[in-house]
Amino acid sequence: MKLKKILPQLLTLLFIVLIFGFFTMNAQENMDTRGIEFGFGFLKQEASFDIQFSLIDYDGSHSYARAYLVGLLNTLLVAFIGIILATFLGAVIGIARLSPNYLIRKTASFYIEFFRNIPLLLQIFFWYFAALRALPMPEDAPLLLNSSFMTIKGLYAPSPVWTNGLTFLAFFILAIISIICFNIYANQKQENEGKQFSKLYISTSLLIIIPLLSFFIAGVDLSWSFPEIRQMSQSSYTFDGGFKIPPELIALTLALTLYTATFIAENVRAGIQGIGKGQKEAAASIGLTPNQVLKLVIMPQALRIIIPPTTNQYLNLTKNSSLAAAIAYPDLVLVFAGTAMMQTGKAIEIVGITMATYLTISLIISLLMNWYNKRIAIQEK
Amino acid sequence: MSINTFNLLKTKNQKNRNISLILGVLFFSVGVIDFYLNNYFNTNITSFLPRIINFFTPLIFAVIGLHLIRIEFSGIRLLDSLNKNINTNNFNAVLSTSIILLVIFALPPLLNWLIFDANIAGDTKEACTGGGACWVYIKVWFNRFMYGMYPNAEQWRINVTFIAVLVFMAAGFFVPVRFRNYLSFYYTILLPIISFILIYYIISGGSFGLVWVETGAWGGLSLTFMVSFFSLIFCFPLGMMLALGRRSSLPVVKYSSLSFIEFWRGVPLITVLFMSAVMFPMFLPDGTYVDKLIRVVVAITLFEAAYTAEVIRGGLQALPRGQYDAAKSLGMGYWKLHIFVILPQALKLVIPGIANTFLALIKDTPLIFVVGLLEVVGMLNLAKTNPKWLGFSMEGYVFAGIIFWIICFSMSKYSQKLELKYKTDR
Repeated sequence: MKLKKILPQLLTLLFIVLIFGFFTMNAQENMDTRGIEFGFGFLKQEASFDIQFSLIDYDGSHSYARAYLVGLLNTLLVAFIGIILATFLGAVIGIARLSPNYLIRKTASFYIEFFRNIPLLLQIFFWYFAALRALPMPEDAPLLLNSSFMTIKGLYAPSPVWTNGLTFLAFFILAIISIICFNIYANQKQENEGKQFSKLYISTSLLIIIPLLSFFIAGVDLSWSFPEIRQMSQSSYTFDGGFKIPPELIALTLALTLYTATFIAENVRAGIQGIGKGQKEAAASIGLTPNQVLKLVIMPQALRIIIPPTTNQYLNLTKNSSLAAAIAYPDLVLVFAGTAMMQTGKAIEIVGITMATYLTISLIISLLMNWYNKRIAIQEK
Repeated sequence: MSINTFNLLKTKNQKNRNISLILGVLFFSVGVIDFYLNNYFNTNITSFLPRIINFFTPLIFAVIGLHLIRIEFSGIRLLDSLNKNINTNNFNAVLSTSIILLVIFALPPLLNWLIFDANIAGDTKEACTGGGACWVYIKVWFNRFMYGMYPNAEQWRINVTFIAVLVFMAAGFFVPVRFRNYLSFYYTILLPIISFILIYYIISGGSFGLVWVETGAWGGLSLTFMVSFFSLIFCFPLGMMLALGRRSSLPVVKYSSLSFIEFWRGVPLITVLFMSAVMFPMFLPDGTYVDKLIRVVVAITLFEAAYTAEVIRGGLQALPRGQYDAAKSLGMGYWKLHIFVILPQALKLVIPGIANTFLALIKDTPLIFVVGLLEVVGMLNLAKTNPKWLGFSMEGYVFAGIIFWIICFSMSKYSQKLELKYKTDR
């Protein structure tokens, strides 16, 4: 009986050790014969390549480590925007999928069937190479909303110029802290005395009023820097001022959002459908309005079904953002596993770091979502 | 008139049903016609109103129309079902109208581009004169999109192989009942071997008087099929083993399966392919060379096996404990228990999940462009840089999109059918 338990384990262990041993030995040998040294010293060397789009200060004179950071931030930026937009769109489409309105229902399911059955890479290529390339050149671009230009070279929008911006930020943080405090207070009040505040309205007004106060008492001022067209040469134009969103980012975000939203929508639909009809009827029979039924009875229960598969979609979106490399958006894969690897030739280290980074991001997202999931799980007594 | 309308808004009943119906249809048509004229004839019949209002006039008119025809128990069956389905209240009326207007706005230009203004005759770029799509481009490049850089004269070899493999696959459906038990063995072990031999000797060539064609020249849709076929076949048994391993009570087996699964699930496929392209050769003894295509298939298989394992684990967990206990009480060992009792039930439960994984696999195959293999999307990107055929990327992507959509949609519909067929109520 004991042998039956130990033998398979020994075999597995042996198998793993053999494979790893074989690979390491070969790698050692190969690197020796080619004169490559294993090590992470290259991270401190000068990168000497430029990156088109960067959230932090970067140019060719910075180190590879800095280039890595630029790539990582770009990846996180896409993932962050994508997750927010996809959640919003997915929730709307998922609810629309259950609408009593025939047209809405069919449109939602058409959207889902259409976008989820086309490879994401193809969608990214479509938006980048076909759709966004059809936009006008900077000199012909029409003015949108009196402030922005949508051109083949990207979106140029007005950027805010702050005086005493830090004070504003401080007020903003203050507003968020006061909202959290208020919510805790309101929850306690409801627990103890059963008194209800309209939390949403008060929170929103706090969020607006407190930062607004800073304009009147702390000397904060806001003006906008509008993009203005400038001729660079005979036939080449560009914009000065404002800020620019590169077309790669737009195409990538659009494709990721539209694609992932279909999956989130299906999760939302399944979650809401998973709640028994009796719950809805019981809630209505004690006199809750339809909105209250959705907010207080259906959603808290549906979220428990929705969140675990949606976490997977968030992870997928983050991992899929690596497809950016295909349209030259400078994300982690393109900057680090692409350009940096070509230059240094440190294949093992760089692919290793890249994979480890993605593993860490995945782990953090799933930890966060697990924590949230636990918080809303049924508390059985 | 205005007072009359006002009264109609208030009381809609059997008595003034007809007049309110006529008015409603009238308003609705005015809205739609206004929108239509706006978009296709550049004439705005409400241009006397301020810009901000006349932009919304079609919507406003149509919603008023829908409001007027919202008559409860009108006695007209069509009207009742219309009201019930798209016109229950004002909010729904606004949404319905928006969708109808959107269809009017988008559908005609789309159809014009796709069909009516499109060019299909001829075989040069100059043949494309209309404002629509240039399907000539697809026609000229069709062989490339299907077979990649495979020499034109040899393309029959790919067709023959595919038909042969299909025949072997279909053969499984016609075996006599007493051999049914060996079917899974046939599909997971014999079929891959047969297909590999066929592909090796016919598509690759090099013997029997066939010219050798290196894998770098393979491509197009046929490559998509080959990669997904082998990955699909291999990732299923591997995923099953991993799922069982993860549920095992032996700690070494359990934790090694777990870390294997979590590793592959945590990294993007593109980095896995990078690894197979640049890192993997370093891990092999000097001088051994594994073909690029095989490396890609192995990478995709390992990657998707981790996902398959998680799906199957879900099915295993969903089975009630009683099944295990009952099988054990009959004296079944670990393998007997799983093969005859647990897996047949668990796999039935996870058909939708498995189908989703397979769909994801097919949709992931375009990524192999990373290692320089050009399947259909890769070929599109190559074709669009051809100086003779610049500016037709839209047609190419639409074409590939339609192909993938048909494959994936029919697969998902088929899986839904399977799910219904094998559904057993507990």
